[in-house]
Amino acid sequence: MSNKPKGLTPSRRAFLKGAAAVGGSMAGGGAALAASPDPLIVEKQPWAQGTGDGVDASPYGLPIQYEGDVVRRNVEWLTADTISSINFTPIHALDGTITPQGCAFERHHSGAIDMRKEDFRLMINGLVDTPLVFSYADLERFPRENRTFFLECAANTGMEWAGAQLNGAQFTHGMIHNMEYSGVSLRSLLEEAGIKPEGKWVYVEGADASSNGRSIPLEKALDDCMIAFKANGEALRKEHGYPARLVVPGWEGNMWVKWIRRIEVTDQPIESREETSKYTDTLEDGTSRKWTWVMDAKSVVTSPSPQSPIKHGHGPLVITGLAWSGRGAITRVDVSKDGGKTWETARLANPGQPMALTRFYLDTTWTGEEMLLQSRAMDETGYVQPTKAMLRETRGENSIYHNNCIQTWWIKSNGEGENVEVS
Amino acid sequence: PALAGKFGLGRPALPEEIAAWDLDIAPDGTGLPVGSGSVLDGEETFAEFCASCHGDFAEGVDNWPKLAGGADTLADKDPLKTVGSYWPYLSTSFDYIRRSMPFGNAQSLTDDQVYEITAYILYSNDLVDEDFVLSNENFMEVELPNAQGFILDDRDTTEAHFWTEPCMENCKDVVEITMRAAVLDVTPEDETAKAEAPA
Repeated sequence: MSNKPKGLTPSRRAFLKGAAAVGGSMAGGGAALAASPDPLIVEKQPWAQGTGDGVDASPYGLPIQYEGDVVRRNVEWLTADTISSINFTPIHALDGTITPQGCAFERHHSGAIDMRKEDFRLMINGLVDTPLVFSYADLERFPRENRTFFLECAANTGMEWAGAQLNGAQFTHGMIHNMEYSGVSLRSLLEEAGIKPEGKWVYVEGADASSNGRSIPLEKALDDCMIAFKANGEALRKEHGYPARLVVPGWEGNMWVKWIRRIEVTDQPIESREETSKYTDTLEDGTSRKWTWVMDAKSVVTSPSPQSPIKHGHGPLVITGLAWSGRGAITRVDVSKDGGKTWETARLANPGQPMALTRFYLDTTWTGEEMLLQSRAMDETGYVQPTKAMLRETRGENSIYHNNCIQTWWIKSNGEGENVEVS
Repeated sequence: PALAGKFGLGRPALPEEIAAWDLDIAPDGTGLPVGSGSVLDGEETFAEFCASCHGDFAEGVDNWPKLAGGADTLADKDPLKTVGSYWPYLSTSFDYIRRSMPFGNAQSLTDDQVYEITAYILYSNDLVDEDFVLSNENFMEVELPNAQGFILDDRDTTEAHFWTEPCMENCKDVVEITMRAAVLDVTPEDETAKAEAPA
């Protein structure tokens, strides 16, 4: 698979963009005066004379070719192969909060499997009154819910524990997506089977070879977990668990079991590979935390950032980013331009929703000064996103997972950005 | 603690169906099948099905996971986490190998082969002698070195100071760049960004 986006010849468009940037700089922040009439206005353009595509040109459309860089990216050296691997959502180029499914990140342990709805079976067994088998059609007959949540891989930002490594928000923070899920509550399925009093946990596994089995305490399973079959209005994508996946609001992405095939009610956790060898967090003294389920409050400035440099010259600048918390709703995001010496409270585009991405903006004026851009999220429990130094103080550098530290982008006077750490 | 059959959807699962899919094994041995396997047989089975990725001695090939070694490295700068050095329970090894290995041909091993491979991995980690035979009978006698190495998530207490009223002004005297990703230079190239970035 090539990483290279299509439509790479930027000639005319890039030239025009470049010209606009220079004009903006020369005007010192004000509106540029045109030296001569703009041919895009005074000359008739082909799109104003001829016709565009007919409505049958693309029954299911893809983004226009000029957006060819807004794609998932892989980092080859991170994993032994692409089957048990990860790619990254282009969060540097997106806005709002809903992640388009087609570029929403993937994490598989034995590849994205291809399963028809007709071949789907979901079993509930273990400490239940009646072990059951559901078909896909059965699922659609339970009372339905629609809810929007972020899914963040436990390893998001994990490569950054020991220092600034990858140069771009997509790579440092892109193991995340945020979708509106339609499906049924896990509770209604469990109640259909009838949970025995000894039942304390559920063990969930997928239909793929890796199975990705995880143990979830029954309280969480009965609280807000869902079996989802639609995301952002349409069926789940193959790579996101078609035809049905588990949704575990606020908790680490590994537990959102895809292609779900079995839910077993147990009296004890199974301590599977994915909750012992993996998804356990080693501390400085060599002991490790297990069952670190919740994803803590976190944020990142998505633009400007290394992959989204300032190209428009001085003057008005929109600083924007995403904030989220597995503990509830985001209530505030502060932004610093000087590496954390002083902070301004940003504007939330919409009130924070529990366990979902929240968009923030800081409308500002840039006059070419270097910036050390940071964002700091707060959630409704009063938790404040920590610095990396604070995290290292309690955890050391070998936790791999759950790095929710404040990110710093060094924005240089030419508008370029770089991933850095600061004192 | 709930009602059964509110909607009358689904149908009862048959015992054969549950047996086919319910393969998980708990740390107390619940779910272990009857069977056994020796280190010596495991050496051959491992060579045939596992060694091309995990190495003849479970030491790992290239980027593929190392299953042995790394004893007492967990507090090091670069810990080596293997079945011997890190995993708490042997049940997890049996369970994971039986359900998900070999990579690309999962669920192709017999229960006895899984016992053999598990025994060989114990041997590769210097935890049993070469004449050891692992079975469902003696399985629970094996305690892995890092069985006591895990604590429950304690963020609510050890990180309680993260719940605070944050500083807004004069929060630091000096801010200096201490590390740069561009120096490491391991990010995949983005042709588009390069072509369009300002000079």
